[in-house]
Amino acid sequence: MSDKTTTTDEVVAGLHSGMTLGIGGWGSRRKPMALVRALLRSDVTDLTIVSYGGPDVGMLAAAGRIRKLVAPFVTLDSIPLEPHYRAARERGAFELMEIDEAMFMWGLRAAANRLPFLPVRAGIGSDVMRVNPGLRTVTSPYDDGETFVAMPALRLDAALVHVNRADRLGNGQYLGPDPYFDDLFCEAADSAYMSCERIVDTAELTKDAAAQTLLVKRHVVTGVVEAPNGAHFTSCAPDYGRDEAFQKRYATTPWPQFAARYLSGDEQEYRSAAREDS
Amino acid sequence: MTTRAEYCVIACAEAWRGGGEILASPMGLIPSVGARLARLTFAPDLLLTDGEATIVRPDGTAEGWLPYRQHLTLVTGGRRHVMMGASQIDRYGNQNISCIGDWERPKRQLLGVRGAPVNTLNNPTSYWIPRHSRRVFVEKVDMVCGVGYDHAGDARYHRIPRVVSDLGVFDFATPDHAMRLVSLHPGVTLDQVREATSFDLTVPDDVPPTREPTAEELRLIREVIDPENTRAREVGA
Repeated sequence: MSDKTTTTDEVVAGLHSGMTLGIGGWGSRRKPMALVRALLRSDVTDLTIVSYGGPDVGMLAAAGRIRKLVAPFVTLDSIPLEPHYRAARERGAFELMEIDEAMFMWGLRAAANRLPFLPVRAGIGSDVMRVNPGLRTVTSPYDDGETFVAMPALRLDAALVHVNRADRLGNGQYLGPDPYFDDLFCEAADSAYMSCERIVDTAELTKDAAAQTLLVKRHVVTGVVEAPNGAHFTSCAPDYGRDEAFQKRYATTPWPQFAARYLSGDEQEYRSAAREDS
Repeated sequence: MTTRAEYCVIACAEAWRGGGEILASPMGLIPSVGARLARLTFAPDLLLTDGEATIVRPDGTAEGWLPYRQHLTLVTGGRRHVMMGASQIDRYGNQNISCIGDWERPKRQLLGVRGAPVNTLNNPTSYWIPRHSRRVFVEKVDMVCGVGYDHAGDARYHRIPRVVSDLGVFDFATPDHAMRLVSLHPGVTLDQVREATSFDLTVPDDVPPTREPTAEELRLIREVIDPENTRAREVGA
């Protein structure tokens, strides 16, 4: 079995402009921020981003890397409105497919199951249908005859996720309260890159945790990156909570200044800059 | 003296009366206090979460796991009554939390539709509005996130039981499902509500005041559920 360990920069070297990228986590929770930072250091642009949006979307939007966004919301949780996303939207910076949270999940499920769509009782009657004229409906062939949104598969060229632990083979483990949808993102993607707080031996994964915590299975993972603090400044329970002070600085610092201070060097430099300023 | 915030708590709590063994999903401070009050008094079978992935009893004991993916199943299964916020709400209960202005190029980008479409088509959805004003109670919302009665068609599980604001309680129990005033919080006048609402409200001849909390309810709010008086931050005196 192959060792899939790699680095953030190698992961990004395998991505290219114009791709559809799914980003795991939720809002400002367990986002693969080290991978996003590596993406920001690269020239990769013109992206379609599929995300339960948080600062991943905000940063990529601020840096002008998004051509199209697929999302039900973008939030920093403790700061409800993502300022960089907001500014980008208000200047009409990219195309948006705004869909409901459940439609989003059904779209990933459809992709993971290689189905063209899944029926979902959400969206009908709302302006989600108006702002997404490409969405179609489907009528039940059974006696109920109900009409649903036929949520199209959200197939991804690549997925980026961050988990608490992984082995070298690509088995990923979450240890916090919620898996979010990281397994679905990986299953919906042609290739999936998983960063983790710590790479451990396979046997170590279940030494102190139940097998149910093994969220992501290796057959859907292309590369594994050890990235301690790799979700910073989002939360990564139980390893660490959200860095609220840093998130506030992110939200209130003009983007060029923030990028110059924290994103001009490598991940080590990011960490020491963040440490110095805390 | 019962404060305005405490009448709001009572009015929110009443949303879950008779709900049975369902998940109460309050969004916002006062709905959260209200849901816990209902759970501790007249609606003991309610399920409540810690705001993340754990279903907890009032003393904090975990009694279940509810990560987002299962939460979405609970929504579509219908055994839930959510009380959402609204940046805009109109006469037929259409709600907007997505953006203000033209969606293509919004004047103010807000949260996004979130789960409002799936909520409103699947389980009872009420609303909580801490500052009742013409900017919120609009003639027409800029983006329909939560589906109102004039957009719901024959959606079989669509229901908006109530809207609670800092001024009163409202529902849609009229022939055409237009918003109706149900009760005024003590100290609020009908004119005040009319002035703060952009559309014509249906107003019955006799509008009762929002009911008084019982002594036990006041004790629970003040001593057990919200001793720090966080409710006063959402609705002032």
